[in-house]
Amino acid sequence: MSNTVMDKPPVNSPLPPTTLKQPRLPRWAPVGIALVSVGLGVGLGLVAGWESRVQWGLIAALLYLLITYVLTTTIEGKRQAKDRFATSLVWTSFLVAIVPLASLIWETIARGSKVVDGYFLTHSMFGVPNMSEGGGIYHALIGTLQQVGIATLISAPIGLLTAIYLVEYGTGKLAKAVTFFVDVMTGIPSIVAGLFVLSFWIIILDFGYSGFAGAMALSILMMPIVVRSTEEMLKLVPNELREASYALGVPKWRTILKVVLPTAIGGITTGVMLAVARIAGETAPVMLLVFGSPSINTNPFEGEQSSLPYYIFEQWGAGNDPSYDRAWGAALVLIALVMILNLAARGIARWKAPKTGR
Amino acid sequence: METGSTKTTPPPGSQDPAAEGGPKSAKRPGDRIFLGLSKGSGIVLLAIMAAIAVFLTWRAVIALGENEGNFLTTFEWSANSDPPVFGIAVLAFGTIVSSIIAMLLAVPVAVGIALFISHYAPRRLAGPLAYVIDLLAAVPSIVYGLWGALFLVPHLAGLYEWLDDYLGWTGIFEYGGGAPRSLFTVGILLAIMILPIVTNVSREVFKQAPKMHEEAALALGATRWEVIRMSVLPFGRSGVISAAMLGLGRALGETMAVATVLSPSFVIHASLLDPGGGTFAQNIAAAFKEAGDMGRNALIASGLVLFVITLVVNGAARLIIARRKEYSGANA
Repeated sequence: MSNTVMDKPPVNSPLPPTTLKQPRLPRWAPVGIALVSVGLGVGLGLVAGWESRVQWGLIAALLYLLITYVLTTTIEGKRQAKDRFATSLVWTSFLVAIVPLASLIWETIARGSKVVDGYFLTHSMFGVPNMSEGGGIYHALIGTLQQVGIATLISAPIGLLTAIYLVEYGTGKLAKAVTFFVDVMTGIPSIVAGLFVLSFWIIILDFGYSGFAGAMALSILMMPIVVRSTEEMLKLVPNELREASYALGVPKWRTILKVVLPTAIGGITTGVMLAVARIAGETAPVMLLVFGSPSINTNPFEGEQSSLPYYIFEQWGAGNDPSYDRAWGAALVLIALVMILNLAARGIARWKAPKTGR
Repeated sequence: METGSTKTTPPPGSQDPAAEGGPKSAKRPGDRIFLGLSKGSGIVLLAIMAAIAVFLTWRAVIALGENEGNFLTTFEWSANSDPPVFGIAVLAFGTIVSSIIAMLLAVPVAVGIALFISHYAPRRLAGPLAYVIDLLAAVPSIVYGLWGALFLVPHLAGLYEWLDDYLGWTGIFEYGGGAPRSLFTVGILLAIMILPIVTNVSREVFKQAPKMHEEAALALGATRWEVIRMSVLPFGRSGVISAAMLGLGRALGETMAVATVLSPSFVIHASLLDPGGGTFAQNIAAAFKEAGDMGRNALIASGLVLFVITLVVNGAARLIIARRKEYSGANA
């Protein structure tokens, strides 16, 4: 290497030394290109008379990618061009994805808020024909709260204890099997859980449709989520705490109850609440096992009930404007419910985060 | 090294003196009861899984014994008639095709968003964005279904015509008009639905990519894209694969979003844009209310097939994740 450099006599030295700075596009270039391509996209759209705004947007996005690539290749070089191309691709994919998700939220809020009021929340659909306006979601709210409540009562203790077993006791084959099947269980489609309860509770044991049957299916869906999150939280509890407790002669079970669980309680609550939020939106098991009903049934162990997600499905299925409105209203309430649970859960997680020392 | 090992080694309980095998621990009644309870719940979980398999298989066997058609190849679902004739060919086709469309659309975009949040977005934007995507993953599928049926479907006709104009010659994008309630629409809706979850998992993985590698690459003068290609993507590849598989598991088992958007029929069209077809979960939802005893058994049989498919997909995803965990500890 050094030879080759030395070989060349410094003939060219009078020339100004080649600058270390590569030519670069100005900082405003991406924004400028974006504006130009949006302008071109809209212009083309107007000239060609395309109706779909999505098409305009797509053309603008393609133009943006193309212009950026060509400009950077000529000015900055190939590597920079690839970099900018990737950057714009990532930005575009983000923007493309945001559109439907934002539209989903926007539609639900815009169309739902027209319907939701005090009357809607406190009246059932009893005696309300599908075609006419009026009626509400009171019966569905009761159903959802009861079914989700029962499911939580079943699955929270089992899930919690299983997680304790996995973290505090489990080392052998059983623990490995449980871990694996908890993972597998997370992926069970809700309709399969529904079919299972259908086959053994309703077909074989010959019970009728009830909120409780639905709650059983929901608890199958909920258990693995609770186990997973509790396990993560228990693992975060520092071992020193346990050892300090043992050193004082405290039995293991009391150590778990009095030291480990209180330390992790915030995270565990969060996990359970997220799981509740998750199953509150499940429709399929309710459809198979609770069957739906337009009237208020406050007894989850006897007779058909309704639930919010199922109510949405039902009202959508009725297929006319008043029922669509009701479906949107219920969707707004359901989303609000789930979001409040989520936000509260995250709030608790932040507030009661396990103090791990640093 | 040490932090890595504590993260990946089995839980802390295994190291303490009063572990399960210890001679003293079993003597305290409190300990024995507590161990029994927690072990019992673990066994209950296993029993539930076993029961699901057993009961579904039981009913499925009854249904298959009566079936006059071929379960795998019959293009018909008249399980209530006498003799019952039903087959899952159309359902399997619809389930797999719609899920594949969803994966093809969602995974690249999801990886893009994940990279956007982890490496491209301005710091102040990234945190809230990750939060919002987290929340979106919690939106119930029935809401996606409602939105899909009442908003997406009416807006897709334009796209369908465009696809027909330019790609109609391929045969799979021919569109004959009518409401676009086809497998392709289902695929699009499923893609939108699984986008948040795939994004979330991928983002988690990208965030864990060793900072040292990235900084080393930057120090050598790599551009941001080169850093990502050389140190983030190789590290995150298996994570993205498993995220995609988790999304696939969701898409395969999705009921309500499909049931609201698809207009079902027991035919397989060459064109994805023609309305019709069905998926396992959608067929169960649609046929359940009218099903008699045999009808239910037949539906349970199809549910069993779905169960097995999702088990395989999820199991594979978990294996890939587990393999990644093993060496991510060493890298961190």
